[in-house]
Parts: sequence; structure tokens; C-alpha cells
Amino acid sequence: MSVLEAKAMPLNTPMLNELESGPWPSFFKDLKEYSKKKPVVTQLLNQLEESYENRWNYWLGKIINVPGYGGGVIARVSEKAAKYPGLANFHTVRVIEPPGWVYNTKALRELADAAEKNGAGIIQLHGMSGDILLLGFDDAGAMQCAEDLMHQGWDIGGSGAAMRTLQCCVGQARCEMACYDTMKVTKHLTDTFIAFLHRPEFVYKFKFKLSGCPNDCSNSIVRSDMPIIGTWRGAMKVDQAKVAEFIDAKGLDYVVNNVITRCPTNCLSVKSATKELVVDHENCVRCMHCINVMHKALKVGDDKGVTILIGGKRTLKIGDTMGFVLVPFMKLETDEDLDKLTSFVERVWEFWNDNGMDHERVGEFIHRIGMGTFLDGVGVEPDARMIARPRVTPYIKFEELGPARLGGESGQNPPVWTREPEAAEAMD
Amino acid sequence: MSEKKMAPRDQGAPDYTKYLHPVMAKNYGKWDYHERVRPGVLLHVGTSGDKLWSVRAGSPRTMSADTVRKICDIADKYCQGHVRFTSRSNIEFLVGNEADLKPLITTVEGDLGWPLGGTGPSVSNVSHTQGWLHCNLPGSDAAGSVKALMDDLIDEFKNESLPNRVHISSSCCQINCASHGDISIIVQHHHPPRINHKDMQICELPKVVAICPVAAIRPAVVDGVETVEVVEEKCMYCGACHGQCPSMEIRDSDTDTLSIWVGGKMSNARSKPSFMKLAVWGLPNNPPRWPEVSNAVRKILKAYKEGAKDWERVGEWIERIGWQRFFEKTGFKFTKYHIDDSPEALSTFNRSAQIRI
Ligand code: HEM
Ligand code: SF4
Ligand code: SF4
Ligand code: SF4
Ligand code: SF4
Repeated sequence: MSVLEAKAMPLNTPMLNELESGPWPSFFKDLKEYSKKKPVVTQLLNQLEESYENRWNYWLGKIINVPGYGGGVIARVSEKAAKYPGLANFHTVRVIEPPGWVYNTKALRELADAAEKNGAGIIQLHGMSGDILLLGFDDAGAMQCAEDLMHQGWDIGGSGAAMRTLQCCVGQARCEMACYDTMKVTKHLTDTFIAFLHRPEFVYKFKFKLSGCPNDCSNSIVRSDMPIIGTWRGAMKVDQAKVAEFIDAKGLDYVVNNVITRCPTNCLSVKSATKELVVDHENCVRCMHCINVMHKALKVGDDKGVTILIGGKRTLKIGDTMGFVLVPFMKLETDEDLDKLTSFVERVWEFWNDNGMDHERVGEFIHRIGMGTFLDGVGVEPDARMIARPRVTPYIKFEELGPARLGGESGQNPPVWTREPEAAEAMD
Repeated sequence: MSEKKMAPRDQGAPDYTKYLHPVMAKNYGKWDYHERVRPGVLLHVGTSGDKLWSVRAGSPRTMSADTVRKICDIADKYCQGHVRFTSRSNIEFLVGNEADLKPLITTVEGDLGWPLGGTGPSVSNVSHTQGWLHCNLPGSDAAGSVKALMDDLIDEFKNESLPNRVHISSSCCQINCASHGDISIIVQHHHPPRINHKDMQICELPKVVAICPVAAIRPAVVDGVETVEVVEEKCMYCGACHGQCPSMEIRDSDTDTLSIWVGGKMSNARSKPSFMKLAVWGLPNNPPRWPEVSNAVRKILKAYKEGAKDWERVGEWIERIGWQRFFEKTGFKFTKYHIDDSPEALSTFNRSAQIRI
């Protein structure tokens, strides 16, 4: 039975009814109302009620794809299809969101119409992956929805062992902290590598998330394999007149207790007589705290760029990995800068995919082979800003300090000349 | 005919420049500063002096096509047709004319019924995922449990009365799509997967053997069927195999519980970003309103509100006062299960004589 032909059922939802009132907006109330127009939603809510009653889930996965693509549809079939025939196939279509999640109403109406015309008309803004999620299509409906949206210029999101849909903060569109154009770079990376998003051919998934400054509003550092975070070189900008205004408004105590003493690298002090802020710019690690608090007086510096990190992901398999620094600073403004970034990404992908194991995220890969080997592999020089501290363990294989020994090759022990002749004779 | 024609492929990300509010487009990259006019309303001012108000409201994330159209009607009337969404599923109505602000707020709160808030030092909307509505792996719900929790925390969403912002996330399995938060709720399993040997042929076995983080799965033959077995002593009930293979059922409606984790932080402000740590475990998975979870979250928020300094995030506050005090102040019991036993474990012990006595 198709989603569109599904029959309405009387709602039997005593537990879900308890999610109808209360001050927070209720998805249940919304869907209940909508089910008057969209009969299949009655079946969905009744099945959900059974989940509530039995604390059990009734969805299974399967795989279907939009022709030409290897991902982007999260296929769901209900175990209770006999009872709820409209849920026999009830898939999600992932749609690539506009960078920064900005919309005009024409775009939102297109999504609503495509979702309603072809399926259950349920929309999630947005998936944690960044995508727009449209829920509730049978196979044909999912295909048609995808076609409709692609005719209007939308494209389908990623899934599987592929580059995933990107996600970025609002950046320069509405934030004075932004150190690069997150939306533009997100679109550029998406479009340049779109084939890798649609046709899974990596050893495992690869996520980018982009934040305009170290406040990291897109949560890139723990949610993406390659976090790209805006930053600046040289001094931040200090407007001493506005510092004085801030001190007048908030009081010196506030500044001392909430700004000066909270700098992680102790690079701030205040001259109370002149109401001046003194910044040890060389020692500032761009944590953003003082700028967040005194954002009218303090601004990010003018020589802006990005820090590129690598290896963030959640628990599976080796435990949570936080992204770590790979490129401490690069400019990301001109077309050449963008080319530099994309060819760097290609180098990382090539090395990881040539040498990574099945299901091995890039952070796990680096953990297994060692950062030194990885840096050699992608052609990046070691930089002390990549580490929190140097190694403690003394067991090191110095490539430079193991010259060949008398009569043998480097690293061979015992020396080969005592054994080899005998071995050679024995072979005869 | 044109109906039948295959749509173009590989078009990439939408052209966001078409979607920018005119004030955003004009001041792109030239913003000067922002202010919080009131909880839920931000004002951004460009170097040009242009002003853009963003009215932030909590959305349920999952909505009907009709609700999306309602949003559009409101945005057409007051926002020159432009809105945006945040990474925590809040909506932001973008306002270029100050006169539109008041009627917009009345309409959003009244007609749409969505609360304003989530700005500054408040509890923002809860990051969450599919749950029983639409995933194949969940041990609990998502949209429903978030609704119940936010009903309870509504005052913390609508007011800016906490030391700093609090990001909450709620995940319905240990894949944890909703990620780290200042406070995170996760499902916890307590038994190894139950293997359905009869259905095992549906995928390549090595995939599920390879996915196990502790190599607890090995090929086996049971009743003549090629299948796998799980070494119970090694298995840590993570459920990774279940994500790979539906015949390795990890969930148990009678015994699954919820745990709460604290101190996840992505921002670099002050302290470095940090992972979340276990606070309390063994809470019942109790639909439709999960009161035990709300209760525990409230305890954390209360202690945080009373004890943290301005700007301290939950994790920073705990690091300053010490975990011992955190457990005292929240009343959660510290147990041996709070002590890490992963390969990182040694680095998580108190390797000093620095103790609060
Ligand atoms: C069959 C298996 C899987 C399915 C069907 C699936 C599905 C999904 C869905 C629907 C979302 C979006 C959730 C939402 O916002 O509603 C998501 C996000 C996510 N998934 Fe998966 N997932 C699967 C396996 C995995 C595995 C094995 C991992 C871990 C390696 C994983 C990690 C994540 C993470 C971290 C997110 C959050 C998005 C982000 O931070 O980019 N998933 N997944
Ligand atoms: S990450 Fe920085 S630039 Fe981006 S929205 Fe947040 S504060 Fe602004
Ligand atoms: S940005 Fe952070 S590190 Fe730099 S001066 Fe300000 S508080 Fe210190
Ligand atoms: S957390 Fe687990 S159950 Fe929930 S949506 Fe993500 S994969 Fe599915
Ligand atoms: S639950 Fe986790 S540890 Fe146990 S067998 Fe499955 S993958 Fe391995």
C-alpha cells in the first residue's frame, strides 16, 4: 500500500496525548491536526503510540537510491506494515540545506509542497547532519520527491561511506566574529566534491563542519572529520575608548572578574587609572572569551584566515575523538586559497582511502598509524602548534640516527654476516 | 513530457545568496556588533548602521507541511520573506523594520505557539534525532522526550538567568547523533546483543565482525548456519553491531535505562573544548514524559545556577569546584561505574595529591 493511498484510522494515542499540552510546541499536536488532511499520519501516530506503550521500535532499515546516486534516502520499513499498511515503506529523503540554514519563503514552500505532494508531508528542520529531512515516502514517492526538488534546483544529501552533507554557522551573513566566509566555503566544498557526496566510495564517512570563529557554533570540533574554524593572525583589535565605556558601564570589578582573570593564557591586564586594556597579543590563543564579553570594544584581527583540524567524531569505535590541529593557519579568501584547500583535502582523502581500513574514520586512521606517518603521507611539516605537549615515552625510531652497521644493514641485529653465509650454504 | 525528464544531478548546495535577508545581503561581512534586546531577540548592527533583528523561537524540529506554510505566512508578513534556523533547531525570524517586531512576536507566541528564547545564558532547544518516530535503532524516543523535558525547562529557555548558555542533547542510542552537550541524555543497554541466527545471512558477516570496537564478535556455525557469536566477557553493550546488522538486537524494553552526562563543550572560549562525562546512570526509560530525567536535569541546572560564576559553562564550573562537590551538590551517587576503564582511563585519574578535604 502506498503512502498516498493510505487510509485514515481512528487515533488511539492515550500516551501521546500527554504530549499535547504544555508550553513547548508539540510535534504530536501538529501531526495530529495534520493527520486530518494526510491520512497516513494517523497510522504513523498509532504506531508511535505502540512504541510508547511497549518501549519498543518498529522500524527496520533497507536500501533504496535515487537513480544515479548511492545515498541520500534513509529507507524505513515498518514491522507493523500488516496493521499499518501505509508505513510499509516510509522513507526519509535528505536534502542539502542552504549553507547557514537561511531561507526565503519560496524555498520553504517548495519543500513543504514536495513533501506533501509525494509523501507524508513531515519535515524536520534540520537533521543533526545539517540536512533538511523530509519524512514518509514510499519508494515511488521518494523518487518523485527527489525529482521534483532537483527540478527546482535542490540536491539530495549524503549518507554511507561518502563525503556527508556539510554544515556551517551563519558566519559573515550575520555575525561580527566571522573570520571567513563560511557559507561560501561550504558551498564551494559541496559543489566541488559533489560526486563524492552522492557516490559512496570512501573507506568510511567523511564530515566537514565549518565555523567562522573559535566559538565554533557549528560544533565542528567533535562532530566532523575536518573542522574548519576561522581565526586571525597578529593582534586583535582593541578600541580603548569603548574599553573605557565598558568599564564605566560595568565597573572595574566586573572586568577583572569576568574578563582579565578568565583569559586561559593570562594575556590580559587592565590599567585602572586610564581604563585601558593591555593585551599580550603574542600569547593570545584566540579563545574568543574576552571578545565575546566586550564585543563592542574588542574585535577579531584584520588578517583573517582559518585553522584546519582533523579527526573529530563520536564514540564509535575507538572512543570519542576531538579534532586536532593539522594546519595552524591558512588564508581562505581568494580563489587560489580555495584551490589550495580543495587540493589539500584531496591529498588527505587519497592517503586515508589508500591506507585506511574498512569503517576507519580518518581520526582513527591517524591514531593507528601515528601522526608523524600521517603528516609524511599528506606532505605537511610537523608544527609545534599541532600538539599540547611533546611525547613522554623514550622509545623512538629515529630515521636519521640508525645508520648502517659494520657489515650489515641499518636496524639488523644480530649483524647479518655471522648468519648469512651459513644460511646460504644450507640452501645449496 | 517535461514531467518525465530526469532532473539534473549533482547540483550541489543551494545558492544561499538568494535566501539572504536584504539587510544580511547588504551587510554581509560588515557587521559591527550585536545586542540582546530581550530574551529571544538579537539585534545585529552593521558598520553601515543598518539594523537586523532576529527573533529566536523554539521549534519542535519535526513539523507538518502546514506548519512550514504557517511560518512562511508569518515571514512574508513581517520578515520580507526570510527566516533561518540554528544548529539547535531554533527558528530565527529576521526583521528589517523595527515596527514589525512587536506584531511578529505576538504572532509567533500567540498564533504559532512557539516560545521566544534560547539566547544568551539560557537553556537552548535540545539537539535530538529520530527516536521511535523514524530510526531503526532507538531504545527511546526523541521528539517526545524533548517535548516533555522542555515543558519542564521552559522558564530556563525563556529567560537568560543562568551563568552561561546550556546546550542539552538527547540521543536515543549510543551512536549519539545528538552529540556532546553541557548536559546529554543517552540510552544505555545492559546485555550483549541477542543474535537471530536464522536471519544472519542478510549481510556480509565480516562487516559486523569488523565493527565491534572490542573484537567480541567472531564467526561461528550454529545449527549448520553460518553466523556469528559474541564473547560475553568482552562485549560492552555498545550496540555498534546492531547498527550494522538488525539480527543483533541490542535493545531490551525491560532493562534499557537512560544516563546523563555533563560537561561537553565545543566552543574554545576560556577552556579548551571538552567531552561530556558521566553524571548519573540507571534512570528509567519512562514514556510519555520521562519525569526522572527532567528531575535529574533540574538538579544539575539548580546546582549550576547556584554555584557557577558568570560565563562558566557546566563543565568549567565542575572542573573548578571538583567532581566530588558536583556529586555532593547534585545528590547523585558516585559509583565505580563513574571511573573510566577505557584505554584513556589512567589519564582520567587524580594523579596528584591535590584533594579537597
Ligand atoms: C544504519 C545505520 C545508521 C543510520 C540509519 C543512521 C541514521 C542517521 C540519521 C537519520 C541521522 C540524523 C539524525 C537526526 O538529526 O534526526 C544521523 C546522524 C548521525 N549519525 Fe548516523 N546512522 C547510522 C549509523 C551511524 C553510525 C554507525 C555512526 C557512528 C559512526 C553514526 C553517527 C552519526 C552521527 C555522529 C550523527 C550526527 C550528525 C553529525 O554530527 O554530523 N551513524 N544518522
Ligand atoms: S562560530 Fe563564530 S562566526 Fe560563526 S556564528 Fe558562531 S560566533 Fe559567529
Ligand atoms: S581571546 Fe582568549 S586567549 Fe585571547 S586575549 Fe582574549 S581571553 Fe585571552
Ligand atoms: S541516536 Fe541512534 S537511535 Fe537515535 S536517531 Fe541516531 S542512530 Fe537513530
Ligand atoms: S554490543 Fe558492541 S561490544 Fe558488544 S558485540 Fe556488539 S559491537 Fe561488540
